[in-house]
Amino acid sequence: MSENGVLDTKTYASPYRPTWCPGCGDFGILAAIKAALVDLEIWPHEVFIVSGIGCGSKLPQYIFANGFMTIHGRPLAVATGAKLANPDLHVLVVSGDGDSYGIGGNHFLHTCRRNPDITHIVENNQIYALTKGQYSPTSDVGFRTTTSPDGVVELPVNPVAVALAAGATFIARSYAGEPKHLKRTIMAAMGHRGYALVDVLQPCVAFNKVNTYNWYAERIYDVANDDTYDPTSARDAWERGTEWGDRIPIGILYRREGVPPYETHVPALADGPLVDRDLTARLDPGLLEQLKREYV
Amino acid sequence: MTRPAVPGETFTLSITIGGDAGQGVESSGALFTQALARGGWHVFGVPDYRSRIRGGHNFFQIRATRRPSLSHSDPVHLLLAFTRETIDVHRHNLAPGAGVIYDDGFRVNGEALRAAGLVPLPVPLTKIAEEHGSKLMLNTGAVAAASGVLAFPLEPLLGLLHDTFGRKGRRVAEANVAVARAAYRYATERYRGRLAYTLADPAGSVDPAVPADSEGGPFMVLTGNEAFCLGAVVGGCTFVAAYPMTPATPILEWMAAREKQLGIVTKHAEDEIAAICMAIGAGFVGARALVPTSGGGFSLMTEALGMAGMCEVPVVIANVQRGGPSTGLPTRTEQGDLLFVLHASQGEFPRIVLAPGTHEQCFEAGWRAFNLAEKYQCPVIVLSDQFLAASRRSLPLGALSLDGVHIDRGALLSAAELDRLDQPYLRYRLTETGISPRALPGHPRAVFTSTTDEHGEDGHITEEIDLRVPMMSKRMRKLQTALADMRGPDRYGPEDADVTLICWGSTVGPARESLSLLAAEGVRANVLHFTDLWPLPVDKAEEALRQAGRSVAVEQNATGQLARLLRMMTGFQVDGHVLKYDGRPFAPQQIAARVLEEVGARV
Repeated sequence: MSENGVLDTKTYASPYRPTWCPGCGDFGILAAIKAALVDLEIWPHEVFIVSGIGCGSKLPQYIFANGFMTIHGRPLAVATGAKLANPDLHVLVVSGDGDSYGIGGNHFLHTCRRNPDITHIVENNQIYALTKGQYSPTSDVGFRTTTSPDGVVELPVNPVAVALAAGATFIARSYAGEPKHLKRTIMAAMGHRGYALVDVLQPCVAFNKVNTYNWYAERIYDVANDDTYDPTSARDAWERGTEWGDRIPIGILYRREGVPPYETHVPALADGPLVDRDLTARLDPGLLEQLKREYV
Repeated sequence: MTRPAVPGETFTLSITIGGDAGQGVESSGALFTQALARGGWHVFGVPDYRSRIRGGHNFFQIRATRRPSLSHSDPVHLLLAFTRETIDVHRHNLAPGAGVIYDDGFRVNGEALRAAGLVPLPVPLTKIAEEHGSKLMLNTGAVAAASGVLAFPLEPLLGLLHDTFGRKGRRVAEANVAVARAAYRYATERYRGRLAYTLADPAGSVDPAVPADSEGGPFMVLTGNEAFCLGAVVGGCTFVAAYPMTPATPILEWMAAREKQLGIVTKHAEDEIAAICMAIGAGFVGARALVPTSGGGFSLMTEALGMAGMCEVPVVIANVQRGGPSTGLPTRTEQGDLLFVLHASQGEFPRIVLAPGTHEQCFEAGWRAFNLAEKYQCPVIVLSDQFLAASRRSLPLGALSLDGVHIDRGALLSAAELDRLDQPYLRYRLTETGISPRALPGHPRAVFTSTTDEHGEDGHITEEIDLRVPMMSKRMRKLQTALADMRGPDRYGPEDADVTLICWGSTVGPARESLSLLAAEGVRANVLHFTDLWPLPVDKAEEALRQAGRSVAVEQNATGQLARLLRMMTGFQVDGHVLKYDGRPFAPQQIAARVLEEVGARV
């Protein structure tokens, strides 16, 4: 809690300085998350930020909030367990494209269809940066890296299309170079009840010399500026979500409200978060006797 | 601790039910064991099945005794054959004068059976089932016929049929009862008195020297998995995540069926990696989380295991071992994962490994594991195996009680304690015991981060020598601290034995049972049973090993993993091994025979 009891971005200030490269898109993402949390009036102790491994996954280290930097590819699973044990926490997952769509691809798929109330912010720079420049699941065909010297052959994962097909209830894309848009999008995602994906296009100034700030600036446009676009329409979302190249749509691409999140279906949570349980209540001889009688 | 070898059992009657997968062999076995227990007999039932839904030979072996027993027993006195092939498969394991019940429609040469010293007992099982109920009730008739042949009263079975099938409607229950009555009548009229082996009266005077079990009935009949679940429930387990894998699946199913009643979040995850990660997430924020799995699933979990070690997150993993390597023998038993779980995951971090050997110990491990996980803020692995997990054993109700059960959450700070905190909270504070006061996310005074990278006291990443070394030492110190809670081996049988059988986990049952067989051969033997395997209480182990006779490691693996652990930690070298890795559990007779081979020349 801030010493003065006022919630502002200083409340979220960490004593540690990020080790990211100057100009890294992660700075914009960190600033946007802080600003969104402040605007949503969420205090550091009420939030739990789970990350994986990678440059962007170091983010919990640079914000004063509960955080857990887990292992590569698994933050969605860890976050799901935390949310199921304590649904009162605002659970955010922050991880990169390799973490979320590559090694963690299975968890991504199943989290979409599971729909826990978790906001997933993917720092998508289309490169493996912390390991110094290998191609990622979202790298474009032809992209040359140390592990694709002749250019990438595989088609990139389209997170919007995958999430849509897997049943995600909130799918957005934003851009690290547009802090206001990013903050707005994160706020909308956190306001959504259920799994919310925010795929953040993020230039890597060190290793991705193709998808640069200029490259994105020339291409992105916000679907919110298009009056004909209906984000509740899966057809619209599919059409724009699969658009990639000369024009890249950002904004809230799809949202389906009113779908109860996974944890609301869990009968064991009807009495509130697990963490508030009095464990000694189970030391009731009547309970054990009742369970044992099943076997007589 | 020294205990009597076996509770003085002398009378044993073994029954095998065999047939094709899909014929209801295991359900018949479960029905019969429970009926026998209701009738006052102690039972031990072992299923033996293949990894397939239909076809292939399955069997269920039941042992009935007057006093509690610890394993199945060979040879078999009554065979209940649902297929003709069953008779051929089990013939080698039949006692002289054993009975063989089969459908009179099978083409079985009764004369040949008689000539082999067996008693053919054909019963029109199909006909009776169809006439009084439906063909589906053949199993009920078969169990009733077996009861008739053995002079075991019908009432316990009838009561059980009412209780079991009553939920499906009165008609189903009544039809089953009609089938049971008809089959029982048939068997009684034709065959009563034909077998030398009977189960007339559990308190009867076959051996007046052995007093009837003082505890008396009623008995529960439950599996090791079920006993473990009961222990986990009283131990405050609130979260279970798993991916189905034989033979651990029943734990997940048990919890899922009672999620509402008990308030335990039960999550069938997309894979084992997700399962353990969910449990770690739940454990991090304060749940008592359990992950049941088997070796293959545990292999997938190893990286996350290290995360729990590094970030000091309490989590309990039950590895119900099966035959390996790889897919191995999916439905069969083995103790092949001991050294694996001790070393799994990169680097060094504290973990605790418990290996219950009996159903009572499964119950105890169920609650104890959660206390140890929270007290030492580390992963706790419970090593069970298919034999222990799936065998059905009778126990007096009092055998699983709340005596000693308590909830110990270790250095968990309460909200009130955190309210009073006057300095910044340090999640990984350096302490003498290695245990840092633990807060859960959600309190304004204890906002903290954690990372799988090396970190300082506040959970921030570091690579500095002056932080790395103290943090590593702090974590590893917890193993030293935890030794206080680790139990030395239990000794069964005489203190001054000539031969000492050294074992761990489920092997203790048949090993203890083998002692009387060895004694009958003039070998004075005892058993040293290790349950708390890591951190190994070296002092206690050494003291017990010093008093050992000629030592034989009895293990269900190919390399003698406990013997290797003891050698590594104490320098103690066993004199011999009795190892078994065919996927089938040891019978006491097998242990006795092989121990005799092993030590024969010297005794």
